[in-house]
Amino acid sequence: MDFLTNLINGISLGSIYAIIALGYTMVYGIAKMLNFAHGDVIMVGGYICFMTLNALGLNPLIGILAAVVGCTLLGICIERIAYKPLRQSPSLTVLITAIGVSYLLQNLALLIWGANPKVFPSVVGGSGPIMLFDGQLVISMETIVTIVVCAVIMVALVLFTSKTKMGKAMRACSEDPGAARLMGINVDTTISTTFAIGSGLAAIAGVLMMSAYPSLVPTTGSMPGIKAFTAAVFGGIGSIPGAVLGGVLLGIIEVFAKAYIGTQFADAIVFAVLIVVLLIKPSGLLGKYVPEKV
Amino acid sequence: MGMQFTRRNFLQGTAVAVSAIALAGCGNSNDGSGASSDADSGTVSGDTSGDAFKLGGIGPLTGGAAIYGTACKYGAQVAVDELNAAGGAQLELNFQDDEHNPEKSVNAYNTLKDWGMQVLIGTTTTGPCVSVSKEANADNIFEITPSASSTDVIGGQPDTDGNITEQRKGNVFQMCFTDPNQGTASAEYIKDKNLGTKIAVIYNNSDAYSKGIYIKFKAEAAKLGLDIVSETSFTDDSATDFKTQLNDAKDKGADLVFLPIYYQPASLILKQAKDMGYAPKFFGVDGMDGILGLEGFDTSLAEGVMLLTPFVATADDEKTKKFVEEYKKVSGSDENPNQFAADAYDCVCVVKQALENAECTPDMSASDICDKLVAAITAPDFKYSGLTGEDMTWTDSGEVTKTPKGMIIQSGQYQPLD
Repeated sequence: MDFLTNLINGISLGSIYAIIALGYTMVYGIAKMLNFAHGDVIMVGGYICFMTLNALGLNPLIGILAAVVGCTLLGICIERIAYKPLRQSPSLTVLITAIGVSYLLQNLALLIWGANPKVFPSVVGGSGPIMLFDGQLVISMETIVTIVVCAVIMVALVLFTSKTKMGKAMRACSEDPGAARLMGINVDTTISTTFAIGSGLAAIAGVLMMSAYPSLVPTTGSMPGIKAFTAAVFGGIGSIPGAVLGGVLLGIIEVFAKAYIGTQFADAIVFAVLIVVLLIKPSGLLGKYVPEKV
Repeated sequence: MGMQFTRRNFLQGTAVAVSAIALAGCGNSNDGSGASSDADSGTVSGDTSGDAFKLGGIGPLTGGAAIYGTACKYGAQVAVDELNAAGGAQLELNFQDDEHNPEKSVNAYNTLKDWGMQVLIGTTTTGPCVSVSKEANADNIFEITPSASSTDVIGGQPDTDGNITEQRKGNVFQMCFTDPNQGTASAEYIKDKNLGTKIAVIYNNSDAYSKGIYIKFKAEAAKLGLDIVSETSFTDDSATDFKTQLNDAKDKGADLVFLPIYYQPASLILKQAKDMGYAPKFFGVDGMDGILGLEGFDTSLAEGVMLLTPFVATADDEKTKKFVEEYKKVSGSDENPNQFAADAYDCVCVVKQALENAECTPDMSASDICDKLVAAITAPDFKYSGLTGEDMTWTDSGEVTKTPKGMIIQSGQYQPLD
């Protein structure tokens, strides 16, 4: 029973990492850049939803919608202002810019909402946790919703990238932006769209994460962001199912390490596993190895 | 409370005081006696005729930690006004801003020295206080800090590895508990009141404040025969998911969970415990204070949570009521004072009492006053009763000895536990 409880806790934590990792992997897969501000977009999404629910007292669904719209706009703005002018620059420049944007967002949030932690009201309604085996196994509604949403988003993204015209354009840009441009694909628009989708996902991740762990401060997004980035690399960055697999595995490993080895070593073990996986399979669990052509 | 502010710690640092940010009365410079006032560059008030003792105060009045400094400033001001009105030797308070920065704090100290400071009430936060106390020690100026709780402030205390890194500074005293002492006091309290038989501890392994309390708690619990069945930790980077830690406590049948942590992670622990249907007693320390002020927090989650804290603004004894009323007048805001304000109030009062006991006069030099005050405050028969405790005493170590007050949260309010 102990094992099952830990497993469920791991999956629930992991599915949050997975949703965040989906945003990382989308942007990396298509724009070939690490958007380190992703975690902070999550935080902004959390605050927008918090404001709509608490200050305006609106329905949770409107709160989620506001967060998605707000984050999508934010994502587009960030891309236009900070990343687009650097499209031809070395990737290191863009990486540093992304870190800059991350700190900018954190400090803006500090100015706007202050450093005082806010307690997020859960957007997941319903009838309390599900009790199994005489209450020995407790599964919260947040966990179930997170897992379901995570699966739905994964399937939707896979279908989107494989079936729709825009999705195909994204894959083309990912394979070879130059050739895609020659084929008449507007690479700039495609990348901007990717950012918009990634940021919208960040908003959903933010709302779900805050519902499960309801303490909102301006640095809320940074550590889950780094863990989710790890998860994306673990699963094979650029691969959509890989991000989900990586996220869930990372969550399970973290919880098991805490439960069976020691709470003090949990993070060290998580990252040690990452190193081992990358040594054995450098492209990640589901990643494709693309040899450099000279 | 340990407040060495790194960027990340800053957020947790804000978790320190009662109703932390909510109490930020900064910007209001409504000094009771109104001699001259300037919230940013310091305030001289009280009797300025020259035959008064010159008390200096230092704390952050601007910047991210401003709530602590402003609380101390107004708390001290209330005491000065009250004591001056009562007659006897007059006091003069000059409170300088240090922005919670050690260099600026030393500058503020030098400014106060030029002004002729005879006793230092401060500094408010730990980091600057360690620097300033070195200067004050070299100059032999009596210093009592309301709230800088690290043992490095007073010096002469072993760290967690048993080494003494800071030598004892004989002129420096504390009004607040040192971090480790909270651990000892908590274990004693739990034993005395028989609050639990099987105890779980969840502490923050990346925070000296939390770990310091935990180590002392564990040592004292072993002495008292308290059974600690589960010891788990987290770090600043993993302070969101506590299900594993709670699961461990639940599996091992802990009936009391000791939380030597700040209120932000504590609020998550309370929620996750409820979600998993685990309802032990929760016992916190002063970092827990402020949990009720969290915006959006469901106070029913904290129902029955116990904590040790020196001061609660909603307590209904006469002394506290009067202080709260005066504090609101001086600060010009409707916010309740936090424990920093009460500690600063007590600092001024105890200095006055010691000055009278030592028969000091305002024309004496700061160094002479310091020697007399140290002797007076550590005298075996010296006792002070104030807002943050009854019959407080001090020893040569600089630490205060006072009985912590146990509080329990009932219907969203702090109630005395006794």
